[in-house]
Amino acid sequence: MSINNYLRERFFPHLWCAGCGHGIVLNGLLRAIEQLGLSKNEIVMVSGIGCSARISGYVDVHTLHTIHGRALAFATGVKISRPELKVIVPMGDGDALAIGGNHFIHAARRNIDITAIVMNNRIYGMTGGQFSPLSGYGIRATTAPYENVDPAFDVVELAKAAGATFVARTTAYHTKQISDFVKKAILHKGFSVLEIMAQCPTHFGRKNKEGSAVDMMNLFKERTTPIGSKAKQENPDLIERGIFLQSLRPEYCEEYDKVIERATGGQ
Amino acid sequence: MNKNIKFVQGNEAVVEASVYAGLNFFAGYPITPSSEIAELLAKRLPEIGGKFIQMEDEIASLCAIIGASLTGNKVMTATSGPGFSLMQEALGYAIMAEIPCVIVNVMRGGPSTGIPTHGSQADVNQARWGTHGDHAIVALTASNHQDIFEVTVTAYNLAETYRTPVILLLDEVVGHMRERLAIPEKGELPLVERLRTSVKEGVDYHPYLPREDGRLPMSDFGGVHRYNVTGLYHDMWGFPSSEPRVVHGLIRHLVDKIENRVNKLARYKEFFLEDAQIVFLSYGSAARSALHVVKNRRSRGERLGLLELQTLWPFPGEIVRERCAGSKAVIVVEHNMGQVMQSVKMAVDDPERVFLANRIDGTFITPTDIMNILRLIQGKGV
Repeated sequence: MSINNYLRERFFPHLWCAGCGHGIVLNGLLRAIEQLGLSKNEIVMVSGIGCSARISGYVDVHTLHTIHGRALAFATGVKISRPELKVIVPMGDGDALAIGGNHFIHAARRNIDITAIVMNNRIYGMTGGQFSPLSGYGIRATTAPYENVDPAFDVVELAKAAGATFVARTTAYHTKQISDFVKKAILHKGFSVLEIMAQCPTHFGRKNKEGSAVDMMNLFKERTTPIGSKAKQENPDLIERGIFLQSLRPEYCEEYDKVIERATGGQ
Repeated sequence: MNKNIKFVQGNEAVVEASVYAGLNFFAGYPITPSSEIAELLAKRLPEIGGKFIQMEDEIASLCAIIGASLTGNKVMTATSGPGFSLMQEALGYAIMAEIPCVIVNVMRGGPSTGIPTHGSQADVNQARWGTHGDHAIVALTASNHQDIFEVTVTAYNLAETYRTPVILLLDEVVGHMRERLAIPEKGELPLVERLRTSVKEGVDYHPYLPREDGRLPMSDFGGVHRYNVTGLYHDMWGFPSSEPRVVHGLIRHLVDKIENRVNKLARYKEFFLEDAQIVFLSYGSAARSALHVVKNRRSRGERLGLLELQTLWPFPGEIVRERCAGSKAVIVVEHNMGQVMQSVKMAVDDPERVFLANRIDGTFITPTDIMNILRLIQGKGV
């Protein structure tokens, strides 16, 4: 099946800027779904607010475009009430980890079988280029005109510490890795976190003089390296890409089935 | 009839009624004085194959039940003032996306943390206008456990009929008070089940195109119709739109589906109104003291009556005006600084004759308190 079959072309053109990395994430996501041979009826995509959140409207699955930061809370209600559905939650960096930070760590703690994708462009794009908790120290943004003094979260470390059982990172440059990791994340039983670094040439790139979309994607290539590579040992500033964690721990919906069994005496 | 008689708290009556109505998903966060609802449902729901989840906060609780409603469940959350404040954004989402759900607010005194273990009825206007933007809302209340049962079942029925959140405004006094509750037999109270679309698989389904009767048949997430749900203004597919015609049509639909049915949605009880010279208007726990005064003074020949509201929003203004028309004075009895009194003044012919009997110190308004105010209004002195 062509990936176009997973798109709601009726609602195109999309609203993302020229050069935005979110379209690449959408491409990788659809290829993963296609390669897994999933039925469109068994997928629920839940998103929050922001540029990233608009991804759900364009995909021909059950889509829930919610409120800022709360996508994982809505998704938790969907998943626990219908555990057989595949629930995918694409979020922006501010959406997932500023206003949505509490829901992020608690979904991870429960290890509920949801695939969380952080589309990290290190900026609030929809509102015009304010810094996010993933922008990092020294970054320029409309709300950090004298350079940002807010340190950034490391999504990978945060997800691991909070209890996620699948944690991976890649970038919009590494498109095949996107679909590969999305597939693994969807197949993983438990809370999966996939950080995809995506370029925002309109705001982040312009404020920080990183050039065009192509220039920014080249930076993803230059500034990242596979986990544990020799390059990382030589240059600790490189950001690691790959699967950081893939472990098994009781999944929340399955555990709740045990609660029902105990409550009903197994009848 | 062999009734199932219980001696329970008001919060427990909510739980019994919810199970009766077909509740199968609850998400909540502990907060006094509503916690018993969560505790009891944590036990009851898994026994009947339903699901209970304790979320990380009240915001997440309302979000989770909205998600579970979309997969085809009857859903509820329960909270008190501070939690209800946190829920306001998601409440607006449920209004905009037209998601059936029931939200119980067992009121405590506010603002802020306020007085958690004491009663109040001070969230009436918050229920009306707590979330931003023009909108309509349904909010119900009750003064005794038998009524709480019926009103709770009604809350689910209205949520499903009109695809809307329904707020159940109880107060700490009725929530924690224990009294007799006779659980109705199955079938005794009508239950409204969700209206699902008859559109076949593969045929274009319009989740937000109202039928001629104004209702919108739903399709469960996970079923054969895939559509978009959003808090943005949206077209008949649920896709975001800022086209003026679409925006205007949707806000009118959202408001009209409730405001045009004010009388139909009005639940109230009348006591001795036929010849009443003084009409008490009250609701929730305060109505119990008002009714006591009415009955007590009636036996001594005073022509007092009581209009007890169970629907607070949409405010049944016409009914209030008619019932109060022949009286010399209307005394609104409530545990706040006159929130329902404002609506009564707007509804009646002579707002100058509307008075307030209230307590705002966390203690329950007694018949003596009401008598004192009655005597002042009558010019008889305390």
